[in-house]
Amino acid sequence: MLLRAENLCKRFGGVSALEALDLEIEAGAVHSIIGPNGAGKTTLLNLLCGIYRPEEGRVRIREQSMVGRAPHEFAAAGIGRTFQNLQIFFNMSALENVMAGRWLHERSSLAAALLRLPSLARAERACRAHAQELLAFVGLDAWRDAPSEALPYGALKRLEIARALAAKPALLLLDEPAAGLNPTETLEIDRLIQRLAAAGVTIVLVEHNMKLVMGVSQHVVVLDYGRKLAEGSPDAVRRDPKVIEAYLGVEAS
Amino acid sequence: MSAQLLQFLLSGLTVGAIYALVALGFAIIYNASHVINFAQGEFVMIGGMATVSFIDAGLPLPLSIVLAVGAAALVGLLLEKLAIEPARNASVVTLIIITIGASILLRGLASLAWDKKIHALPAFSGEAPIALGGATLLPQTLWVLGVAAVVLALLWWFFNRTLTGSAILAVSHNRLAAQLMGVSVRRVLLVSFGLSAALGALAGILIAPITFTSWDVGVMLGLKGFAAAILGGLGSGPGAVVGGLALGMIESLGAGYLSSAYKDVFAFLIILAALVVLPNGLFGRRTSERV
Amino acid sequence: MLLLLPLALPNAYTYEVAILVGLNAIVCVGLNLLVGFAGQVSLGHAGFFGLGAYGSAILAARYGWPPLAALAAATAATGALAWLIGRPILRLKGHYLAMATLGFGIIVSIVVANEDRVTGGPDGMSVPPLSVLGTAIAGEKTWYWLVAALLVATVWVALNLIDSPRGRALRALHGSETAAQAIGIDAARHKLSAFVISALLAAAAGALTAHYAGFITPAKASFLHSIELITMVVFGGMASTFGAVVGAAVLTTLPQFLTVFKEYEMVLLGAVMMLTMIFMPRGLVPTLEKALAAARRKPL
Repeated sequence: MLLRAENLCKRFGGVSALEALDLEIEAGAVHSIIGPNGAGKTTLLNLLCGIYRPEEGRVRIREQSMVGRAPHEFAAAGIGRTFQNLQIFFNMSALENVMAGRWLHERSSLAAALLRLPSLARAERACRAHAQELLAFVGLDAWRDAPSEALPYGALKRLEIARALAAKPALLLLDEPAAGLNPTETLEIDRLIQRLAAAGVTIVLVEHNMKLVMGVSQHVVVLDYGRKLAEGSPDAVRRDPKVIEAYLGVEAS
Repeated sequence: MSAQLLQFLLSGLTVGAIYALVALGFAIIYNASHVINFAQGEFVMIGGMATVSFIDAGLPLPLSIVLAVGAAALVGLLLEKLAIEPARNASVVTLIIITIGASILLRGLASLAWDKKIHALPAFSGEAPIALGGATLLPQTLWVLGVAAVVLALLWWFFNRTLTGSAILAVSHNRLAAQLMGVSVRRVLLVSFGLSAALGALAGILIAPITFTSWDVGVMLGLKGFAAAILGGLGSGPGAVVGGLALGMIESLGAGYLSSAYKDVFAFLIILAALVVLPNGLFGRRTSERV
Repeated sequence: MLLLLPLALPNAYTYEVAILVGLNAIVCVGLNLLVGFAGQVSLGHAGFFGLGAYGSAILAARYGWPPLAALAAATAATGALAWLIGRPILRLKGHYLAMATLGFGIIVSIVVANEDRVTGGPDGMSVPPLSVLGTAIAGEKTWYWLVAALLVATVWVALNLIDSPRGRALRALHGSETAAQAIGIDAARHKLSAFVISALLAAAAGALTAHYAGFITPAKASFLHSIELITMVVFGGMASTFGAVVGAAVLTTLPQFLTVFKEYEMVLLGAVMMLTMIFMPRGLVPTLEKALAAARRKPL
């Protein structure tokens, strides 16, 4: 099992954001987490990548407990993440953002860096090439050298995905990648996620766009008020009366 | 309680009240603009030095004090209008450098307008020490504590019961929302600077009869006020007061029981230790980033 | 440009200013790594400068160490201290970090001013000249070349660091600490190394200043000196290594020019600082770069 959450509880002061949450993420599948606003979806993602520490319970990555570990250790263990409120490095160009993403796989020594040895130049060229490939993969080839401030919102969302991919994560957490996008941009993100899934990247997707979710996921988890309401295949969840009542609503006849 | 301890606590309370007033000045400006006004100490200096000038010109003490506070408030308004407002879109670091430049400018002007000598203000109601439980109290100390208490009460009333005060608090919590509610951020900034300057000046005037005043008295007082504001939790009014009083006490106890030369080292070490344990100060808002 | 400068300098006094500029610039390049690139703040860097200066002075003058060894030891010891206090301090953010560094600087300046048996107290102490393998380094010209070489080396290494993956990691931290952590960058470790590197540079420059001047006073570790240093960095342009050098150059030479105005010196210095930051908020070098880029884009 790639990632396992056991009895996760997250509380802020007196408010319980998440209670007794169990989750199993299989490698190679697309899992979605849906639910009304405030259900605890982003809180769950933050717990899965180490930004939050749970009050109770634990996260296991490949059966290794991650209790007490810092976020960068989660990243080193193979978790990648995009953010609901963009966390682009606006002080760098689009390409540099993706190059930065490759940090875990950089192999140059401090001496090579300080003395500008030839090995560094070679490593930098390779890094740049990889980053350019990723930009092309997400469809941002045209924005390569642009300062990241110049990119439109939809492009920035894709840039964050490219940056996360640069770390070659085993598991990619996407936090509302389609939020704030118009229908055309949403379609592009949809296709991108499909491409990622086809390439074998394990994805955990938090989204409100049901078409997107149902179309791409193998497994759906529904959260409500910090607890798991239902889980299963998209079809099963779509028909679950509890889910319909809490979140999806009934189609007008 | 031993007479000696009482003495230290009283002097700590006195200087702590001064730090509290200066710290409040920092807190008010920080709340309105997220800027640390490094020129705050110079308002303290202006208060004391201007009062000395007015008295030398023959004016009675109460009038001199009022005029001096007014002069400092005017300088505060000018600082906001001429230096902070033109740079309102700059980064916080840039604004800090501007206030540092302002403090150098003000000190330079002070050394020209006055001189580099130390001046004394007459004590408000005489110098006859009062005996209290084995310790001696200067009448000026009572003035410091009394005025500080009254000022704190007035500030509480201002921020909680008047429209302008609420507007200032609104800007400190969420500038955009306040603007959308019709609050003029420019006016709020002006009032904040004027108010902070007045507070600083008052502090300088209150303490001048005890510790004297000079053209560069603002540097250390400003720094200690800043330290107190941080200790209490930046942006928190009660924090500034508690921080100021705490700093004053720590300093006084350090001077009394350890060594007077190292009282500042002792105080700053305590502050550093406190910050390590409480990274947002005593009452600071624990902000978590929404990602 | 550094090679051509001696031709323009007419006398020993201007050499002296140039040497001071160079030494300040070394500190500023290091401080810029911490402030401009890693996005931290330090209002107490004169403390590191002073520790390096006094450390080397005391070892050389009172314990008879060869000056070069004293310099190396003082620099290394200051770096170690920076490592020790950096760990807890760098967990603080923003103005709280500013206060902590401020407190550190003040503590150093007070200790240095008070321990007069060791440090000579408020009047300072004299420092033996720097000597390498027995020959003393004396004379403005020799010092000029030494400092110029060291400055060039420092700038070169700093530029290399910034262009490297580590430099990108630092800039990523500045851009968004959360996202940087999410791609595996250990924020605490990187902030600490930026802190220690800038402390080492400040200490080395401090020790060199002490040996060059032959004298050291507590003013060099004071809060005012810390403010001067941070002002040089912001004035020149943060996140710009050349900006740090330019900032050091302008703000070291400016007071020299302003002494002509005698008692108006402070007023003018303050006014210049304020006006420049109001009209060039991003600092001198970035503003000039932008202006040049805009001028180039205009059709001829």
